[in-house]
Amino acid sequence: MIAVIDYKAGNLTSVVKALHFLGAETVVTQDPDVVRTATKIVLPGVGHFQSTQLLNDLGITEAVRESVAQGTLFLGVCVGLQWLYEGSTEAPDVPGLGHFSGLCERFPAEYAGAELKSPHVGWNSLDTVRADSRLLKGISPGGFVYYTHSWRAPVSADSASVTEYGGAFTGVVERDNVMGVQFHPEKSSSIGLQLLKNFVEL
Amino acid sequence: MLTKRIIACLDVRGGRVVKGIQFVDIIDAGDPAELAHRHAAAGADEIVLLDITATHEGRGTLIDTVKRTAAALFVPFTVGGGIRSAEDAALVFDAGADKVSINSSAIARPELIGEIGSSFGAQAVIVAIDARRAEGTADPVGEAEVFVSGGRKATGLRVVDWAREAEQRGAGEILLTSMNTDGMRNGFDCELTARVSAAVQIPVIASGGAGTAAHFADVFGRGKADAALAASIFHFGVTDSRELKAELQRAGVAVRLPC
Repeated sequence: MIAVIDYKAGNLTSVVKALHFLGAETVVTQDPDVVRTATKIVLPGVGHFQSTQLLNDLGITEAVRESVAQGTLFLGVCVGLQWLYEGSTEAPDVPGLGHFSGLCERFPAEYAGAELKSPHVGWNSLDTVRADSRLLKGISPGGFVYYTHSWRAPVSADSASVTEYGGAFTGVVERDNVMGVQFHPEKSSSIGLQLLKNFVEL
Repeated sequence: MLTKRIIACLDVRGGRVVKGIQFVDIIDAGDPAELAHRHAAAGADEIVLLDITATHEGRGTLIDTVKRTAAALFVPFTVGGGIRSAEDAALVFDAGADKVSINSSAIARPELIGEIGSSFGAQAVIVAIDARRAEGTADPVGEAEVFVSGGRKATGLRVVDWAREAEQRGAGEILLTSMNTDGMRNGFDCELTARVSAAVQIPVIASGGAGTAAHFADVFGRGKADAALAASIFHFGVTDSRELKAELQRAGVAVRLPC
């Protein structure tokens, strides 16, 4: 059973629909005990980093910390990826899980002497694919996925894929059982479904 | 590389896709769910479903049509028409939409933009603007005026001013339809699109006038559009996204080619 965490950050319908389409069983929850007993955890979320404060208030942050320490598979989507880092300049007072080092920052207003539109909306390419990524199995560099966001995670050794927009940022992060995607796999056509299928089948 | 988006628009009335010329002369073009899937399979980057009669007939959005269309659609899906409150928007999101497009209701009560955005994120709010050039003035593009209620009512607002206000209130994207070019298949209004695109930092979707691949290349280049929307060009087998994107790629436009 995949626990899909509902922390009132936007709309869960699409993520749940895609998981069901792939044959997964899900439970949408705000209960830390449900999170603790789940075989896999998905943290979706669009919108403001501030909304992740509810994860701390509900005791879900602790539950996730315990579960991933025991090897439970975790997938964060969009703000769910950003939450895996130390925090975000979008809500400096709200700490992230801190599983990955670094801080999420806003796209610059200008890059390479030209205006950079923000949010970054649309289909952009996965410019690199780390060979050992389990989440990206069967997905080649150059494939397109759908992004919509204004804050982004830094590139590090944990980045499984990077995308270029005002410089490189992390499109997919993965270390052992903890994974995140900045784009929306549930809206990224066949490549997105392949990625979710990889997660469901782990 | 971030690609230019091709968005297939389904204008829906009474559960059927229809298409008009300059907002009138409606003709039937098929079933929304079937057309949405056909467009996505052919490589459309997004699908927009507009309930074109919702506003002036006072109907709610066709939730069942939205549900049926969203059921196995794995590209971004926007729904517009008849959304007057954050509660209306919530129903549409629950039915499977990723974004809502608001038009007359945002003019009537601009706070609505922020209300939907605060619950569902700015990326989920598209402010649609129906624009008509102010012919006879010294600057018909700069003075272009916003119309509402399916193009039936002038507002006295300048398009550029309203686009800026929508951005400040938290819109995630602007969907700009030129009433001068809509349905004519003679090309987008590139001058107006470029003016709006320069005025805001959020993406601008150009709409109205698509007829050939060259029109799309033109609005992405000269018009500075981030995305372009078309309805009639895709119906009746005139062309599809696959052909359109192949032509655009040959013209040097960055597009996502369907697998």
